[in-house]
Amino acid sequence: MPSFVDVEKCDGCKGGEKTACMYVCPNDLMVLDEQEMKAYNQEPQACWECYSCVKICPQGAIAVRPYADFAPLGGTSTPLLSSEDVMWTIQFRNGSVKRFKFPTRTTPEGSIDPFKGYPEPDNIEDEKQYTETELLIPEQTIRQLVEQEDMDHTYVWQNPNVQA
Amino acid sequence: MPQVPIKAQRKGLEIAEPTIREIETECLIVGGGAGGCGSAIEAVAWGDKLGVDVLLVEKAALERSGALAQGLSAINTYIGLKQGHNTVDDYTRMVHMDLMHLTRDDLVFDVGRHVDDSVHLFEEWGLPIWVSKDGKNIDGAKAKEMGLQIREGAQPVRTGAWQCMINGESYKRIMAEAAKNALGEKRYMERIFICKILMDANEPNRVAGVAGINVRENEVVIIKANAVILASGGCVNVYRTRSQGEGEGRAWYPVWNAGTTYALAVQAGAETTMMENRFVPTRFKDGYGPVGAWFLLFKAKATNGKGEVYLEKNIDMIKPYEQRGYAMGKVMPTCLRNHMMIREMRNGNGPIYMDTPTALAELSKTKTEEERKHLEAEAWEDFLDMTISQANVWASNNIEPENDRSEIMPTEPYLLGSHSGCCGLWVSGPDEDWVPDEYKIKADNGKVYNRMTTVNGFFTCGDGVGASGHKYSSGSFAEGRIAAKSAIRWCVDHKDFKPTLKQSNEDIKNELYKPWYTFKEFGNVSTDPEVNPHYITPGNFMKRIMKVSDEYGGGTSTYYTTNKEMLEAGINYLDLLEQDSQKLAARDLHELMRCWEQHNRLWTVRMHMLNILFREETRYPGFYYRSDHMGIDDKKWRVFTNGKYDVETGKLTLFKRPLIKIIPDKSLEFFTALGT
Repeated sequence: MPSFVDVEKCDGCKGGEKTACMYVCPNDLMVLDEQEMKAYNQEPQACWECYSCVKICPQGAIAVRPYADFAPLGGTSTPLLSSEDVMWTIQFRNGSVKRFKFPTRTTPEGSIDPFKGYPEPDNIEDEKQYTETELLIPEQTIRQLVEQEDMDHTYVWQNPNVQA
Repeated sequence: MPQVPIKAQRKGLEIAEPTIREIETECLIVGGGAGGCGSAIEAVAWGDKLGVDVLLVEKAALERSGALAQGLSAINTYIGLKQGHNTVDDYTRMVHMDLMHLTRDDLVFDVGRHVDDSVHLFEEWGLPIWVSKDGKNIDGAKAKEMGLQIREGAQPVRTGAWQCMINGESYKRIMAEAAKNALGEKRYMERIFICKILMDANEPNRVAGVAGINVRENEVVIIKANAVILASGGCVNVYRTRSQGEGEGRAWYPVWNAGTTYALAVQAGAETTMMENRFVPTRFKDGYGPVGAWFLLFKAKATNGKGEVYLEKNIDMIKPYEQRGYAMGKVMPTCLRNHMMIREMRNGNGPIYMDTPTALAELSKTKTEEERKHLEAEAWEDFLDMTISQANVWASNNIEPENDRSEIMPTEPYLLGSHSGCCGLWVSGPDEDWVPDEYKIKADNGKVYNRMTTVNGFFTCGDGVGASGHKYSSGSFAEGRIAAKSAIRWCVDHKDFKPTLKQSNEDIKNELYKPWYTFKEFGNVSTDPEVNPHYITPGNFMKRIMKVSDEYGGGTSTYYTTNKEMLEAGINYLDLLEQDSQKLAARDLHELMRCWEQHNRLWTVRMHMLNILFREETRYPGFYYRSDHMGIDDKKWRVFTNGKYDVETGKLTLFKRPLIKIIPDKSLEFFTALGT
């Protein structure tokens, strides 16, 4: 399906107008059926398997069944994302399992202040960014125009769908 | 009970007559990926001080949008100035070499001098960046605990000369949090898809805003602005994908990058550059997992089916290029690496394998059991941080990299300007003495604004900026910052500008919602909503683009080969398809966005094919071949190929612009020491 929703586990994010998966999907794939209170992936062949919906779902109701056109059934990757790391469970088709944990973030969520500790920037006319105090220029420069033949050569295409 | 298909409920949100919402701002950022997030923080830093209003719109949710939605396992551009690893000048030389000499030294140098600062911000904000200490790799969280931070001079784990490894699952979430916290809740809007650049009615060649659709409710959004930064990524799903079922979505680059940047800019009359350039990444087959860490960090070799290392076997293919100053030393252009592989495939010597067992066995020799476990985790993390599908391919096929080789394959072509590719818009370089006048664009007031296109008030960054490349995530973010400071300066200098739109709100609404009006008018003619003589669905429309591009424009089915006659035939089919774009039909809100995306794909790939037609040589062997001009022609085509479309007359003119070297060349010995 690539991502698919477990009928039992999905609670439609308990009646909110938009579900977590609808909020996050980068490709606008997830939709809530408000009568059933279940979400679904409306266009599985446009799914990137980015797992954004899998990672965000509060019920753990979304999983990925790898692409049917090249993945034999039975292999899966399942993430559990917390505030500072992600735990992966890799289930092989033959039943063997591997687990990995990787850090994701070293600061508390919500804590980023991009301007903290930097003075108010002063000169809008130069190329220094607000965090920078100096600006490099090349060590040595030449201005060598590469001479070429037929510099006036052009190609013109007329859009037949526009009447000139 | 059988039911006529037209009666089936739509899967997407209901579409209906829209309301019109008008918004006014000064500095508008379209797109919230790496470029857009960089633009946001820099625009707010200067805008708040100088009283310039900022607004960002994004088609998805910033937290997981753009190319980094899934995460990333490496930052591919970090100069390492603090560590004395590289110079920005050498970075500029490397990019020039990788992209077959057709790059703008000013733009590349400009990204290079700013990029480390942005990477240091990511680390400060909480991105775990691996550190190397006493020959051991330490993950980013442990490194921080140990007080090892690259912004204070610690050694990042280098794969090649320019890349550093990260624990990047939440890379985009961190970047987005910085952007959102800078903007505050009122200065960004999600789920707004921009369909059009709006030009000013009074001043010629001057941007006045944008128009788009709300993907969550029936609303047309018209935003007037003083400056527009278009940061909407590259173009994906435009060439027929190798996987034709569900796997069509498993593009290497984000499948939601629909060519919006290029298509909107062309129709606004902005000058393009190098639109013939494309990127064909070699990746693990089907899942499109990254190969960089395997080649560079784990020192794996790739072989043909017989076990021959084709990069060694076919090295003579590179000689003619090397003799002319291409592919010198260790900087083997990405296209030429493909070139050697494609010969094996053409000759029937597949499958092509990454020999992971030999590499891991070699690396394990000197390692303890615990270190071997760590190595295994590193190999899996490389996929899980950015291409989970590839981990699924391994799991589904019972592939253990320590025991089994994995197939690799060149993918379908992608159009982009930030990776090892350089199509995009012609923009101004910085207004500094070392930048030649030919690389500066004079604005209406005689001033020069860095990263402004040839349209006044219209800026871009990341995938949008052509004739540069190798920016990747960090460089795109840094370039977004460059563009934003420049755009704020533009707004300050044009404080009195009052945008006046050429079109009425009603006309804009009718144009944007036309696919729905078409469906309303004709939907009841057929019992099947997919098969109707009066309209075409966005899904079928995309399939037609892909068929034409693949068969005539140098896709995978011809081993990336095309010629003048094939291109002319293909472009003719695309012209007919443009007529049919007037008959695109949307049955729900989701499809309305898809209709506009397909429209953008069409405009982008047609520009691409026209540019391949114009450039009578094979500049990028391994990315595409002109069978009627197989060599590189350094007498006529060591130039930028630019294009300008006139929306009034429908006339596109493609022309040459001269290449100006700014950073002097170096010898073979130099490139032998310089890594990729």
